[in-house]
Amino acid sequence: MPLNFKSNVIKFVRYSLIISATAIYLVPILYMLLGSFKPDDHVLSGIFNKLQYVAEHYSLQNFRDVFERVDFKRYLANSLIITGCVVFFGLVVNAMAGYALARFHWQGRKLTLTIILAIMIIPMEATAVPLFYQLSILGLRNTYVVQIIPFIANAFFIVLFYTYFLSLPKELEEAAYMDGASPWRTFLFIVLPNSKPVLASVAILSFLLQWGNYLWPLLMVSDENVRPLSLAISTFYTLPPLQWGDLFAFGVLMVLPVLIVFIVFQKWFVQGVVASSHKA
Amino acid sequence: MIQTLLPKHLVKTRTSVLMMIPAILLLIVFVGEPFILSIILSLTNLRLGSPLPMEFVGLQQYYEIFSDQAFQRAIVNNGIFALCVVPIQTVLALSLALLLNQKMYGRAMFRMLFFMPVIFPLSLVAVIWIIIFAPNPEGLFNDSLNALTLGHWQARDFLHNEYFALPAIMLTSIWQGVGFQMIVFLAALQAIPHQLYEAASIDGAKTWQQFWHITLPQLRYTVAYVVILTTILAFRLFDQVQIMTQGGPSNASTTIMFETVKSAFAQQQVAKAAAMTVVLFVIVLSLTGLQQKISKKVRI
Repeated sequence: MPLNFKSNVIKFVRYSLIISATAIYLVPILYMLLGSFKPDDHVLSGIFNKLQYVAEHYSLQNFRDVFERVDFKRYLANSLIITGCVVFFGLVVNAMAGYALARFHWQGRKLTLTIILAIMIIPMEATAVPLFYQLSILGLRNTYVVQIIPFIANAFFIVLFYTYFLSLPKELEEAAYMDGASPWRTFLFIVLPNSKPVLASVAILSFLLQWGNYLWPLLMVSDENVRPLSLAISTFYTLPPLQWGDLFAFGVLMVLPVLIVFIVFQKWFVQGVVASSHKA
Repeated sequence: MIQTLLPKHLVKTRTSVLMMIPAILLLIVFVGEPFILSIILSLTNLRLGSPLPMEFVGLQQYYEIFSDQAFQRAIVNNGIFALCVVPIQTVLALSLALLLNQKMYGRAMFRMLFFMPVIFPLSLVAVIWIIIFAPNPEGLFNDSLNALTLGHWQARDFLHNEYFALPAIMLTSIWQGVGFQMIVFLAALQAIPHQLYEAASIDGAKTWQQFWHITLPQLRYTVAYVVILTTILAFRLFDQVQIMTQGGPSNASTTIMFETVKSAFAQQQVAKAAAMTVVLFVIVLSLTGLQQKISKKVRI
C-alpha cells in the first residue's frame, strides 16, 4: 500500500508539473489566437479577462482588416513561391552533389569534400554585406531570383546527403550499372526512392530556414510585390495605425498553413530538426 | 570509406563532375567568394559616397570597431545573451525532455505542443512578444507581474528600458528555442540502452542515482553539442533585436549583427561592416572548432 501511494504521488506531481509547464508555455500562442478575434481595444486585456465581454463581441473583423490593409495573399504566394523553389531545387542540387561525393571516383573528390566542410562553417551573416552590394549592382534587388538562388546549394545539406548515401548498401546500384543503366537513371530510380528519410529531413529543414528567413529579404526587398511573409509581419507592425488585433490576425493567418503541415508530418519534422543538431 | 565507392569502370568521370558542378558553383559564387571579399573589404577604407579613393589600410577597421563603443557594447551584449540564454534554455529543455521521456497519457501531444514554436518564424515570435510586453498596465506581462505582486507592480515599457530590453529579448528567444533543444534531448534519451537502467535497478540504484550516474554521463556529449550550437546562434542574434528594440535604448540591446547592418546600410560604411562580420566569423569558427573536438570524442 505505501508503495502504491508513493507512486501515485509521483504520478500526480509529474502530471501537474507537465500540465502547468505546458499551460505557461502556450500563453503566447493562446494570447495571439484569442486576441485575433477580439476588438482592437480589448486585445491587451489579459488572456481570460473580460472573457464574457469578448465572447459577446468576438468577430472576424481583424482578419478582414488584414486583407483590406495589406495584400496578404500576395505575401503568402511570395513565401510559397520562394520557399517552394528553394526546397525543390535545393533537394535536386544537394542530393546530386552528395551522391557524386559518396559513390564516384573522380579527381578532386577529397578536396571538394574538404572545401564543402569548410564552407559549412561560414554563417550566412558573414557573407551578407558583399553579397548585398554585388547583387544590387546586378540589379537583382526586389526579385524572386535574389531570394532563391543564393539558398539553393547548402553545404550542410550536401553533407547530410553524403553521409546518408554512404550508409546505403551499394549492391543494388552495382547491379543496375551491370545491367547497363546510366548513372542518372540509377540515381533517380534506385537511389532516391531509397532515400526518403534524408529527403524529408532536408526538405523540412530547408523549408523552415527559408520560411523564416528575415535578414536577407530585409536587405534585398523593399517592393511589396515580392515581399515574403517573414518580412511582411514586421512591416505590417510598423504600418500605422498600430492595431494589436490586426497583428495577431496576421500572425494566425501566417502560421495556420504551416501548422497543418506540421501536425500531419510531425514525425518528419522531429527527425529533420534532430538531424540539424548534428551540424558539425 | 573506400569500399562505399562504386568500382571505377562503372561510371564515367564526366557524369560525376556534372552532378557536382551545380552545387559547387553555387557555393563558390554565393558563399565562398563573398566571404573572401568580406575579408578583403575589411582591410580597406571603402565607404560608399566617400570622396576618398579606396585603398588598403591594413587592420585599421579592426582598431576602429574595437574602439567603437556601440560595437563593444554589442559584443558584451552577445556574451551576456549567451551566458543567460544558453544555461536557462538547456536546463529547461533537459527537464522537459526528462519529464516527457516517462510513460504518461498525452505524451505525444505535450511533445508536439512544446515543439510547435519551432515552426514560428522569428519575426512573428518577435511581434507576438512585442504585444506581450506592451507598456500599458493591461499588457500581458505588466498585468501578470501586477497580479503576482498583488498590485504592487508599476507598469513599464520593457522594450524601451535600459535594463529590461535585453532580458525581454532573451525571454523571447528562450521561448522559441526551448522546444528545439527538448526534441534533441528526447532523441538522445531514447538512444540510451535500457539495459543500463535495468542493471542499475537490480543493483538497487535510486531514481536520482540513475539520473546522476547513467542519464547525465550518457547525455553529456549531446548536451555539450547543443550548448555550443545555441551559443553560436546567440552570437548571430539579429531578427528579434531589429524588430523589438532596434538595438536600443542607447545600445542597451545592440548586437554584432545589428551593428553590422547599421554600419553597412544606414551609414554605408562597407569596410567597417565587413570587419564586423569577420569578427563574428572568428567567434563562430572557434565555437565550431570546440564542437568538432567534442564530436570526435563522441565517435570514440
